[in-house]
Amino acid sequence: MSKETQLHDTLEQAQSTQDARMGPGVDDRFNSKLRQAFGASPFILTKFDAFMNWVRGNSMFILLFGIACCSIEMMHTYAAKHDLDRFGAGVPRASPRQADVIIVPGTIVSKFGPRMQRVYDQMPEPKFVVSMGSCTISGGPFQEGYNVVKGVEEIIPVDIHVPGCPPRPEALVYGVLKLQEQIQAGESAPVTVKPYELEQFGDLERDELVQELASEIDEDDLVMRYNWAESP
Amino acid sequence: MSLEQPRPELDVGETPDGEVDYDELAELLGEYVLDRESHVNAEGFVIRPDDVVAVLDILKRDAGFDNLSCVTAQEYYDRYESIYHLKKYDDPTQELSVVVPTLRDEPVSQSAASVFDTANWHEREAYDLVGIEYEDHPDLRRILLPDTWQGHPLSLDYNQDQPQIVALREHADPMEHRSEVPDEQDTMFINIGPHHPATHGVLHLRTVLDGEQVIDVDPDLGYLHRCEEQMCQQSTYRHQIMPYPDRWDYISAGILNEWAYARAAESLADIDVPEYAQIIRTMSAEMCRIASHLLAVGTFALDIYGDFTAIFMYAITDREKVENLLEDLTGQRLMFNYLRLRGVAWDLPEPREEYFEKVREFCTYVPERLEEYHNLLSANELFQMRVIDTGILPPEVAKAYGCTGPVARGSGIDYDIRRDDPYGYYDELEWDVITDDGCDNFSRAFVRLEEIRQSARIIEQCVDLLEEWPEDEREIQSNVPRTLKPDADSEVYRTVEAAKGELGIYIRADGTDKPARFKIRSPAFCNLQSLEVMAEGEYVPDMVAALGSLDIVLGEVDR
Repeated sequence: MSKETQLHDTLEQAQSTQDARMGPGVDDRFNSKLRQAFGASPFILTKFDAFMNWVRGNSMFILLFGIACCSIEMMHTYAAKHDLDRFGAGVPRASPRQADVIIVPGTIVSKFGPRMQRVYDQMPEPKFVVSMGSCTISGGPFQEGYNVVKGVEEIIPVDIHVPGCPPRPEALVYGVLKLQEQIQAGESAPVTVKPYELEQFGDLERDELVQELASEIDEDDLVMRYNWAESP
Repeated sequence: MSLEQPRPELDVGETPDGEVDYDELAELLGEYVLDRESHVNAEGFVIRPDDVVAVLDILKRDAGFDNLSCVTAQEYYDRYESIYHLKKYDDPTQELSVVVPTLRDEPVSQSAASVFDTANWHEREAYDLVGIEYEDHPDLRRILLPDTWQGHPLSLDYNQDQPQIVALREHADPMEHRSEVPDEQDTMFINIGPHHPATHGVLHLRTVLDGEQVIDVDPDLGYLHRCEEQMCQQSTYRHQIMPYPDRWDYISAGILNEWAYARAAESLADIDVPEYAQIIRTMSAEMCRIASHLLAVGTFALDIYGDFTAIFMYAITDREKVENLLEDLTGQRLMFNYLRLRGVAWDLPEPREEYFEKVREFCTYVPERLEEYHNLLSANELFQMRVIDTGILPPEVAKAYGCTGPVARGSGIDYDIRRDDPYGYYDELEWDVITDDGCDNFSRAFVRLEEIRQSARIIEQCVDLLEEWPEDEREIQSNVPRTLKPDADSEVYRTVEAAKGELGIYIRADGTDKPARFKIRSPAFCNLQSLEVMAEGEYVPDMVAALGSLDIVLGEVDR
């Protein structure tokens, strides 16, 4: 067989494969699987918001944030066997300024509460919170402790709660998937947060007199009340 | 089990067969001893609050009590009490408690920090939670609770429902009003943590740097202080306390911790454990040790190499294997709640042969896998350059700070409770205590890797024993009254070798079904104190390596 025929054969073969893949159509350029999926028009029409939500849900950067027992299961979720990265959500970022999602994995105590709020504040909008484990829901087994915040919602708003003590990695994966669904559908969680109480007058009603008195208060003397004993 | 070398000379107060002669000790202390109490584990000498330094100094120098294992503080209706639990590194079965009562109106006692460095943090904790003040203490301030906290939560008259009121300025942004640093001063203050990937949890290090060298480091604890002692004090002995130990050292070391409570409570209430259950305990505890050390090695590599590299992933993969075994046995991956006072919760999973086969397979897999870890870590030149001769912890300093576990053994201290104060089935099995004289970060990591091999050896022997155990003698629990009420005013302090070192529990019973005082001696808390010695004068990355090699877990440090 001469060299020329050999080349010709290969070329022909290549062309036939391409033909087989394309099938009959107007133009090779747009005739693809994608084209079939979208019908006659080769363009995707969508709202920019919906597109952004879709992107957000599929590319989540999670803050590398460990508190207590649940963070061990969280590490397992990131690592080899469960591999959260498969779901487009597994890149842990060490800095809150680069993260979209914070998983709160563990008990919040009075000393850590303000620090966690600061970390949350440093994250850019839009940001999402997954609370992991019973401690972040209600204080869990430590609810009666003198120093324990009864749930992370006392401090920051939460989108998804994953119960368990600790939740298995599968449960966390499910929680993250639910969050993705929520983000893609453009839903935002109802904000049930009760932020740090900045109580100027306790439970007094804010009538005119109180308002006037409030203006006289030196801001430095405002107090925070860590009253987790009475919180629900 | 390696044999102990006979020691040439005896300390004062030691009988030739290695017992403590309390009469001779009392004679040595003379008038200092006001009264003698008998606790379950050892005798207690009652002394005056202004004789603490003198007494401890005599006991350390002349009687060889060189390990201040724990300081327990508690409040009675008529007095406060600090108990110094003393032990010897040579023989931890020789114990002595020094009981220091103080007046209820004026709880002031002399500080032991000048004799034992480790007393520094223990006394700060006692001040923080119970409210005893220590005279001449180098740095008496709160350690676990915020500085703004009002009241001492483990004292009798503390009202938990009272809200804590804190002026807003206490939480002002510390960087907002920072003062200008004068030109001639060339040090820099930097906060590492509490949210930082290298601190292994929520630890906060206040560091002062000169260039890249650390000139001062002050660990700030308490970001995970979740009132474990209070929780245990309001739970019943029989079932309610056992789930909490799982959450102290939560790196899968659950059964090791549960055993600490089981050992203390069983010797307090005089409960026997069937031999068969002891073997299951030994086997499952060593599985936990493997899981815990694997994570220690994996995260240490993470600290050294700085990213989620192969070693971390390998460690997690292998942890999955051992967690599967533990899940088959206990039903849980992390929080096992498997031990009971008097035995274990249930027998091995059926079919037994299949389980034995799985465990054996794992035990043969571990040594092969360790070669891989050694190739990646200890035989790796890059790793060696980073960790050899950094984070030096000389043995005498380690002893002064009460270091135990792989940290002490990495400094060449031959000390392992499993061998020296045997419990469970350890004294019937063949295994070695691993020590290394390097005293540096490398030694500590190396000791952990080799301990994994020894744990696999122990598990293998346990499987052999369990397999041959006659079917009608598989007793997993002995009989115990439904409600456990140890005698009033009986006190016990018992330790076990947990993954991080010596984990001790002090319990005082008051005749009810709940403990009157439950104190946890956490190994990571004591080991962390030595960070200052290891880090000061070193470069910042070496401090991170030293912290990683200490293998702290904040759940246990803060409790």
